Amino acid sequence: MSADELIWRIAGGSGDGIASTSQNFAKALMRSGLHVFTHRHYPSRIRGGHTYVEVRASADPVKSRGDGYNFLLALGDSFARNPQDEAYYGNEEAKPLAENLDELREGGVIVYDSGLLDPSEVPNFEERVEENDWHVYDIDLRSLAREQGREVMRNTAGVGVTCAITGIPLEAIEELMRDAMPEKILEPNLEIMQTGYDLVREEYDVDAPDVSVPSGEHDEEQVLMSGSDAIAYGAIDEGCRFIAGYPMTPWTEVFTIMSQNLPELGGISEQVEDEIAAAALAIGASHMGVKAMSGSSGGGFALMGEPLGLAEMTETPLVLIEAMRAGPSTGMPTKPEQADLEHVLYTSQGDSQRVVLAPGTVAEAYEASRRAFQLAYEYQIPTMIVYDQKLSGELTNVPASHFDREPNGDIGMTLTEDELADQPHTADGKFHRFQHEGENGVSPRSVPGQKAGRYLATGNEHNPAGHISEDPDNRVAQMDRRQRKLDAIRADLDDDGLLVEHGPEEADYGILTFGSQQGTVEEAVDRLNENGTSVKALTVAELAPYPVDAVRSFLDSVDEALVVEMNASAQFRGLTQKELGTHGEMLSSLLKYNGNPFEPAEIVEGFTTKLVDGGELPGNETKFVPAAGD
Amino acid sequence: MSAFSAIGEEREIDRNEYTPEIEPQPTWCPGCGDFGVLKALKGALPEVGRTPEETLLVTGIGCSGKLNSYLDSYGFHTIHGRSLPVARAAKLANPGVEVVAAGGDGDGYGIGGNHFMHTARENHDMTYIVFNNEIFGLTKGQTSPTSPKGHKSKTQPHGSAKTPIRPLSLSLTSGASFVARTAAVNPNQAQRILKEAMEHDGFAHIDFLTQCPTWNKDAKQYVPYTDINESDDYDFDPTNRADAQELMRETEDKLYEGEVLTGVYYREDDRPSYQQEKQEIGEMPDEPLAERYFDGDYEWERSYDNFIDKHK
Ligand SMILES: Cc1ncc(C[n+]2csc(CCOP(=O)(O)OP(=O)(O)O)c2C)c(N)n1
Ligand code: SF4
Repeated sequence: MSADELIWRIAGGSGDGIASTSQNFAKALMRSGLHVFTHRHYPSRIRGGHTYVEVRASADPVKSRGDGYNFLLALGDSFARNPQDEAYYGNEEAKPLAENLDELREGGVIVYDSGLLDPSEVPNFEERVEENDWHVYDIDLRSLAREQGREVMRNTAGVGVTCAITGIPLEAIEELMRDAMPEKILEPNLEIMQTGYDLVREEYDVDAPDVSVPSGEHDEEQVLMSGSDAIAYGAIDEGCRFIAGYPMTPWTEVFTIMSQNLPELGGISEQVEDEIAAAALAIGASHMGVKAMSGSSGGGFALMGEPLGLAEMTETPLVLIEAMRAGPSTGMPTKPEQADLEHVLYTSQGDSQRVVLAPGTVAEAYEASRRAFQLAYEYQIPTMIVYDQKLSGELTNVPASHFDREPNGDIGMTLTEDELADQPHTADGKFHRFQHEGENGVSPRSVPGQKAGRYLATGNEHNPAGHISEDPDNRVAQMDRRQRKLDAIRADLDDDGLLVEHGPEEADYGILTFGSQQGTVEEAVDRLNENGTSVKALTVAELAPYPVDAVRSFLDSVDEALVVEMNASAQFRGLTQKELGTHGEMLSSLLKYNGNPFEPAEIVEGFTTKLVDGGELPGNETKFVPAAGD
Repeated sequence: MSAFSAIGEEREIDRNEYTPEIEPQPTWCPGCGDFGVLKALKGALPEVGRTPEETLLVTGIGCSGKLNSYLDSYGFHTIHGRSLPVARAAKLANPGVEVVAAGGDGDGYGIGGNHFMHTARENHDMTYIVFNNEIFGLTKGQTSPTSPKGHKSKTQPHGSAKTPIRPLSLSLTSGASFVARTAAVNPNQAQRILKEAMEHDGFAHIDFLTQCPTWNKDAKQYVPYTDINESDDYDFDPTNRADAQELMRETEDKLYEGEVLTGVYYREDDRPSYQQEKQEIGEMPDEPLAERYFDGDYEWERSYDNFIDKHK
């Protein structure tokens, strides 16, 4: 087995501590100098149901979950033993072992909890082990944990076993457990881990480990972060101190992080009755001169359509988050998809003035969050961040210095009372909040409570003073001004370099993607080039206003391009064709919408089979849609 | 100096200050009850000592929603049914501002019913005026949640089979700490009640009977009514919940039959407002949040200093 990466999968029942255990494990590997990336798979259930987390670790930067894995720690699902479960979900008992074998690489390791799992329930287990040269450790983790303390500590025992097999020093994990656990449960946990470790060392010959952990070193200090962490921290650093929301997976993650931290920072978090209210509250706070946000996932965001339009028409700065999951309707609550793109771009009535950013990585998520607030407040326009369940939950290491930035409490063109006093007072005695002038479309605002700044904000069309107006000339002037903002924003964003190119400068082929597929596509591009196919990738992180020039010049520089996205209707490709008005005949699509994100090998295979060899795709996981001109 | 010097300014306020210098042509029909709300509000605000610039009037959509077009304060004319969530956040963001929300019965009890219930429950410190004309005005006379049973309209040609909503009881059970009813035909009482509502610390709900001569010719708001706080016939304590409930039941059953009782039905004086509760548990800053953004010396806290260690 190659030692250049470890991909460790811990599988078991939802609610059995899989997430926290894997997080500690990933952090320990990161601290030891490795690059890590986690991938989380979980069902829409609270307790029980098959779940796993993969931790990929390598000396080189890792950008995706990789393909397959080489170490399985299969814990028993303690909740699968509830007799009722069978009625609803079938027999879950063998799943942690049975469900995970397909992707286990040749020569990999299996550790399973023989106290809870019976391999005879797994079809052809012995044969498969032999065929694939897997190394199997059957260890009664359950009794081991029970003897020392409580059954739930099986996962800690499993970590001890993992360390013994892979040669990870226990101290690295111990240190983290000391940080994370209360005294009472720390000691038994440490003991259990040690027992698991010793047991393997005594009973098995692990001097030449089947799977070992690579060693690495970081140039600078790293932190382990998820996309949701990064978005929340970006918002906090931009001075966002008001959030309103209603829980919906996976948006709940950002909402939770903000709610837990805002009070300490003197901010306000409101969990309200529904998403219409949530967006409306954010508008109310922002109208008062406070940096505010809200957000949701598909269905909840659908309810925000009307308040979103209100923010556009009243030019109230607003940041909304849309964490996509598989739809339509409630769809698959815990599975990623990129199919809400058109929903985010086009929902709400009228010609819309909005900004949509789509970060591709955890580091970019922080950037996008800050930028969203800057644009929203500088241009008095709603700005949305669209990302997905994959990016929201995946943990990866980012240099700590990336987050070491100046805070920003600036709320854009909002006048002070002194400035308001200097505004020429018009015949109607009112402050002209919505003046037609302003090259970039922005007219300075006042906020309630300020002297000399009173005005009416209305979702109806209005004249410069804010009065409702259906005057045709005024209508055109106001609409043109609001549209002008988009040109100015496009120019600003062009300077930001939000488009990430990857691969050789000159290439025959291109891959176009957006959002969370960035890392996977880049890994695929590297492999394709290693295999002799000349290809480069472009990830587009600003979807509205669309970076027409940059995408056009990328496409002009290649012969043919593949658009990779996680949805069934090629929404991003559609957007690109619409915005460019050309290039349709050179854009083919590789689509995936089965609830799982792309793996690099799927992109390599899809690309090679269809674009290079012109053959048929073997599986049904991914779908190829030929270029529009074909 | 505060960035909001209009807030808390003490001076003699002339009611004409609330009248826009160039008044937009009112879109209300002649004889519409909505004029009465505007008049009462212009009278009550100076009495409460609130200047136009420290007042934010948030409205929904409907004839009633146009209220802030004719009141020269800060205003936010939102969308149908959503005035309350916008108003709530405005008050949380800057509690010094007098926040009044207003809208029609369709707006407040129909499409915005959920927000009504929750705003009352949370007891936000604000005043909410519902223009109850028992009809959809702006969309031309459809049956509304307060229209009497059997009410015929173009969309309910056989007469409504629905029992009308009981706004006062709904408000009380939802948790409003001030519940009153008044009518446009009695401007003096209306002004008095509005003043009391604005001075009340908590959610003050006023079911404001406004006649709609255009679409609701048989509305019963025109009948002479009784002020329960003044009349000798009603020996009743508005701080007593059971009393209030009983009286509400009576009048809400009878509203469509003739006698209309108005006045303050319920007042809970010692209950802390939502803002106070939130401050007490440490979920809301002592200083108005909005002030911070105008304070050039304010040191914004960073995620790096506060949270980065737990990710290392
Ligand atoms: C979401 C939405 N649905 C419907 C409408 C159309 N609409 C405008 S006002 C109104 C009802 C008005 O009735 P009410 O709220 O009682 O106010 P009034 O006009 O009687 O003052 C309706 C249905 C709208 N603007 N928005
Ligand atoms: S339609 Fe009715 S509610 Fe609307 S303005 Fe006319 S009278 Fe007033």
